[in-house]
Amino acid sequence: MVDLVRARPESFFADRFNITSSTIDRLLGSALRGKVDDADIYLEYRIIEELVLEEGAVKKASRHVSQGAGVRAQAGTRTGYAHTDDISIENLEEAARQARAIATEANASAVVAVQSGRPHDLYALAEAPIAADLTRKLDLLRAADQAARAADPRVRQVIASITSEDVIVFVMTATGWTVGDIRPLTRLNVTVIAEDGPKREIGTYGGGGRVAFDWFLEANRWQRFAREAARQAGLKLAAVDAPAGTMTVVLGPGWPGILLHEAIGHGLEGDFNRKGVSAFAGRLGQKVASELVTVVDDGTIPNRRGSLNVDDEGTPTSRNVLIDRGVLCGYMQDKLNARLMGMKATGNGRRESYAHPPMPRMTNTFMLAGDEAPEDILRSVKQGLYAVAFGGGQVDITSGKFVFSASEAYLIEDGQVTKPVKGATLIGNGPDALTRVSRVGHDLKLDEGIGTCGKDGQSVPVGVGLPTIRIDGMTVGGTQV
Amino acid sequence: MSGIDPGLLVTVLKRATALGATAADGFLVDERHFSATVRLGEVDTVTHSHDQRLSLRVFAGRASAAASTSDLSPDSLERVVGEATRLAKITAEDPHAGLPDPAELTASIPDLDLADAGGHDLSPEAKIDIARRAEAAALSADARVKNSEGAEFWDRQARYAYATSSGFAGGYATSSFGITASPVAAQNGEMQRDSWYTMARKRARLDDPAEVGRTAAKRAVRRLGARKVKTTEVPVIFDPETAASLVRAIAGAVAGPSLYRRASFLLDRLGARIAAPSVTIVDDGLRPGALGSRPFDGEGMATRRTVLVNEGVLESYLLDSYSARKLGLASTHHAARDGAGVTVATTNLTLQPGSARPEDLIGSVREGFYVTELIGFGVNGVTGDYSRGAVGLWIENGALAYPVEEVTIAGNLLDMLAGVDGIGNDLVLRDRTAAPTVKIARMVVAGE
Repeated sequence: MVDLVRARPESFFADRFNITSSTIDRLLGSALRGKVDDADIYLEYRIIEELVLEEGAVKKASRHVSQGAGVRAQAGTRTGYAHTDDISIENLEEAARQARAIATEANASAVVAVQSGRPHDLYALAEAPIAADLTRKLDLLRAADQAARAADPRVRQVIASITSEDVIVFVMTATGWTVGDIRPLTRLNVTVIAEDGPKREIGTYGGGGRVAFDWFLEANRWQRFAREAARQAGLKLAAVDAPAGTMTVVLGPGWPGILLHEAIGHGLEGDFNRKGVSAFAGRLGQKVASELVTVVDDGTIPNRRGSLNVDDEGTPTSRNVLIDRGVLCGYMQDKLNARLMGMKATGNGRRESYAHPPMPRMTNTFMLAGDEAPEDILRSVKQGLYAVAFGGGQVDITSGKFVFSASEAYLIEDGQVTKPVKGATLIGNGPDALTRVSRVGHDLKLDEGIGTCGKDGQSVPVGVGLPTIRIDGMTVGGTQV
Repeated sequence: MSGIDPGLLVTVLKRATALGATAADGFLVDERHFSATVRLGEVDTVTHSHDQRLSLRVFAGRASAAASTSDLSPDSLERVVGEATRLAKITAEDPHAGLPDPAELTASIPDLDLADAGGHDLSPEAKIDIARRAEAAALSADARVKNSEGAEFWDRQARYAYATSSGFAGGYATSSFGITASPVAAQNGEMQRDSWYTMARKRARLDDPAEVGRTAAKRAVRRLGARKVKTTEVPVIFDPETAASLVRAIAGAVAGPSLYRRASFLLDRLGARIAAPSVTIVDDGLRPGALGSRPFDGEGMATRRTVLVNEGVLESYLLDSYSARKLGLASTHHAARDGAGVTVATTNLTLQPGSARPEDLIGSVREGFYVTELIGFGVNGVTGDYSRGAVGLWIENGALAYPVEEVTIAGNLLDMLAGVDGIGNDLVLRDRTAAPTVKIARMVVAGE
């Protein structure tokens, strides 16, 4: 079974389901001429393996296979989408019929061939993580369990998991263009519960990417993840109530980049802007951040969780500058919204699986480094909050209001980092938050590879990154008035 | 209408035992889904789908593993059975692992009236038209509603089958239907969205699409002119939709896996007072025609009515057979299947209504916050610490005064539950989890 994942996508689907380029013409070609603006078929085969350690032993192991095809036809702003998990010619014909129903009254131009360019080769691995020997994975989980317990005697429970997947995709467009991709992905996660008398706290840490299993062993990453989870839980046991109100906030490097994802990322996705429902709609060329701020979304970084050789419409990913020294200069686009807005598809058309139509999504979103030392940034704050680890975030695209929840944060008093505080939600206004960035560190870091973004019920893996930054005035949702 | 033939499952389970499994169970889902979204009167997206998934759990003595596939061809099923039995041989023994005692499985499968075969019998054009009517009503409800993220009509037909190697085999079918409208209101350069929805197991029980659209419009318009407030500590009233999220947080904390992992702020509180005496929370999986009902749980055990919290006292956890054995208790019949095996899920979960009219709860507050939307994930299930972004209306002298946004509300769930200071009489089971309006004596609102 494992050998399947080394196959070439085109031959994989041809061998397995007898789907070839002549199939495409039959399903999408002649029947649609003059009736649609675009049409495509997306084939996907996915294997997921999950191993979970609890109470010192790996008691849960599971393996899941899914396969299916999505057929799409577009005319004007309309999309017809049909999918089936039974990839047979008859089912694809039925799906194509349903998808095409959308196009019958359309008076669209003929399908225009788009030069899509060459896909990247960002994650060719000697061995896919899902193919790595199970005993090595079990050993690593047990070692992570030991490391977390050794780090702090107050650790009472350790839940460690390794998830690995391999996804083979193949996209065929109505113009006869085809492209495939094989996407490995893995993640190690360690969660601990630490107890001190009646107090209990949780700490969680992890990482991964489109990397081989050995990545966890390099520089003892697995051990660092386990110790970090224990350290976070132990620290929170001693945390005091978080302050409430508007104050200066310093964000640490790496995962706190979730700020960018929520504050501006979603608001710059093409669909919301084409529809005029984003707080950033119509603001291209305007200043939306301090001139210290340059933000990019880059799907081309080798081996990153958010990277893709091609997006789920077959467009090669790219490095897109969203904000250049404070000025809004680009949206993230899929093919539909790019066509309707007269812009270029940027390689951001993504979908959770064959069961979902694609839409504009982020890849790896981060702020470029500035030139200040992180210590100097902290020293510049008289009274404020220093937040270095976060849970999830969420945004209301239309009003621009966003939140993200700190899981490790400290008070800053007279330029010194002092007491740890309990988790608190930070809230801000997207078009305004980045105008308050007054200092940017030289320490840009990308996150460890843990992000999953949800939109319209679809989850996709993403990355974020940030140098240390200072924001003058952000609302912190603590309980200390 | 019955479920799918569990025959395929029985064959797969036999194959697993032939390959060395000492016990096994399997779950089969077959669903058809249709969705139509209309935006500004035009069709936006129409989606059709048909999916199947077989999930299998295999035991090798006290060790177990799970596998699932969407490919139900004989070759694929043979591979899945092989994978699961192979994985079960590498996992550790767990003294608590195993299927429920066959004697505990449901003896009969009640007809809970969960399907509406005729309800799906509507052309795509007619379904699109329902969405169009909802959106049109939203767009014409108020001159300030100038844009829309669209309105959707969807329907879903699902068939489930469950079987165990100990001889149980049963199935059932469900239907569900829904309409959602998401208009955008604008004024003086400010934009606000909101949405409203209806869901039901019978199409005829959906709210009128125009009413859904008008309610959504009203909700979006009332957010215009929203401002931040000064940081303060005041009474907070949760509307029914946001109050339901508090009920979900409690359900998460009393779910078996949270308890045996010691990851719950309600650990060791069974039999203890955890909330004000006005708080009673019931999970009832037997309500005919309700969205959360099911005739048996994910392990074949009969569905029940369970009182989780009775007049403020925690009376029951939510357990499947594994978490029950680990905690030395009996299953509460709340097993549910997910891809990776068995988890715990509620059915129709409600905070029971009180006697207060919602307007009287608002009227009882001199200065406070009426919350209509919560965003973010700021609930720590281990400590109960609570901090979330909130949107709503400020209460002044017992009346809703102006819209509020970009603030957080914070506290600890244990304090919040103890501080429940009034429960409305306005419970409507709009979703699987529902609550009436809830007033909490004091919370910190962080703003300017």
